[in-house]
Amino acid sequence: MKVKPWLLFLPSLALVMFNAFIPTVTVISYSLHYYFPSVPPEYLGLEQYRRLLSDPNFLTALYRGLLFSFECLAIEVPLGLAIAMVLPKKGVFGGAALAVIAIPLVIPWMTVGLMWKLMTQQVVGPIPFFLSKLGIEFDMSRPVHAFQTIVLMDVWHWTPLIILLMSAGLSALPEEYYEAAKIDGARAGRIFRYVTLPGLKSPLLVLLLLRFIDTFKIYDEVWVLTSGGPGNATTFLSIFTVRLGIGAFNLGYGSAVSLTFLYVVLTFSFVLMVVMTKGRGVK
Amino acid sequence: MKERNKRIIFTIIICLYLIFTLFPFYWMLNTAFKHKAEVTRELTFYPHHFTLDSFKQVINKPLYRRALLNSLSIAFGSVILCLSVGIWAAYAFSRYRFLGDKHFFFWLITNRMAPPAVFVIPYFMIYSTIGLYDTRIGVILSHTLFNLPLTIWLLVGFMNAVPTDLDEAAFVDGYTFVGYFRKIFFPVIAPGIGVTAFFLFIFSWSEMLLGSVLTASSAKPVTVALLQNVSMFGVEWGLIAAVSIFAVLPGIVAVAFVRKYIARGFLVG
Repeated sequence: MKVKPWLLFLPSLALVMFNAFIPTVTVISYSLHYYFPSVPPEYLGLEQYRRLLSDPNFLTALYRGLLFSFECLAIEVPLGLAIAMVLPKKGVFGGAALAVIAIPLVIPWMTVGLMWKLMTQQVVGPIPFFLSKLGIEFDMSRPVHAFQTIVLMDVWHWTPLIILLMSAGLSALPEEYYEAAKIDGARAGRIFRYVTLPGLKSPLLVLLLLRFIDTFKIYDEVWVLTSGGPGNATTFLSIFTVRLGIGAFNLGYGSAVSLTFLYVVLTFSFVLMVVMTKGRGVK
Repeated sequence: MKERNKRIIFTIIICLYLIFTLFPFYWMLNTAFKHKAEVTRELTFYPHHFTLDSFKQVINKPLYRRALLNSLSIAFGSVILCLSVGIWAAYAFSRYRFLGDKHFFFWLITNRMAPPAVFVIPYFMIYSTIGLYDTRIGVILSHTLFNLPLTIWLLVGFMNAVPTDLDEAAFVDGYTFVGYFRKIFFPVIAPGIGVTAFFLFIFSWSEMLLGSVLTASSAKPVTVALLQNVSMFGVEWGLIAAVSIFAVLPGIVAVAFVRKYIARGFLVG
């Protein structure tokens, strides 16, 4: 039994116990009880999880989240890959463009929501203005418009990450492969299919998983922009969870929702970690 | 000739994407420099009556001044706390094999992945019980939930890049562990620590949900102050845009310094 690494690890372990382990245990306990102010909690077992599986609000929030993740991935990954491929690999312009592209990643997520709220205001916002030129009457109080605005906001916010990772992946591909393919007279489409894509396979897989998890967790920007509305049109699982936890005083049921949400995310995170560890030998 | 045409088309595509990225920022600046009346009355693509009123108001409002100060203290506090605790754990993971090390590492990283929304209920209960509700210390402590795993993950990467020969040579030369760490190892990984500190600062500065649950007034960070004002005076867009500009500044500074590492920092974000 080595003592030294444990001593070094101990302070961190203590903090993680306090911040992650104890709260998780607390939530588990809440989720098994029925809580009502001034009445002793009543043990319910898995009752609240059973209720969850037949709660239409939960199920639609889950479905909405999956739809949102799918739509975001379907736009962001091809767009990000395309931009990364047209970016010059060397020179000042490419470097400067990458720096500007990275900016949305490092600003507070809630300010992203604020910026898009400014842009989507009726009368004074530019998005309704431009869309009216195209003959579309844009209105955030329409469910479809609100949902698609959040997709656009997510594309704006997170495509940069895909561009950064893909351009790193592209510059790691050996130049000789391309030269060999050109000498063989391969067309651009075939080079992409047989040289570029296979070379980017592992970073692409990591990105797909990562973006799936992140879109599934989205909270700050949506809360600022729509607060989950109009109606429930943009209520994703995270918003559903927080609403139940803070707003509804339904501690037990809120906790059951939290935990289910947590385990869905953690399952995908686990897959992601396995893929990353295998792909690049991290640690 | 064909190669040149291709270059031109590519450059145009990139420029279009850059416009897409920058436009919301421009709109925020545009809103912040307008007069109050101009913001709410009509759509204008540049401030017709340029004014610094919104910025003056932000600086003069104690609410925002305190919120900005809170955010600064919380972010610096989080950097100091996570680095001073995480650096030792990172060294342990980088240099030793011990029982369950891989499992612990996995578990740490999954904490980074956990949605903070899950912890809203127990955090409120626990932090109120131990008297850390609405204190900066409480918010700093809660941010270790996502920042400590990030610290360890990033630092392990930087430390793995330092050859173990360095450790062995130093111990043969008779350095104690602390002496070695201070005089030899620390200077070698200092750039990595700098990059890590930047990310910790940015993530702590940007956090909203835990900050909104754990504070009421005295420790409220700027993101939460902004959030509440959006719902309170929903039409003061000039003011909100001006505060947002303060809120995005650290991120823009960060891009200049840690651009090379941003992708890496977000792999566990």
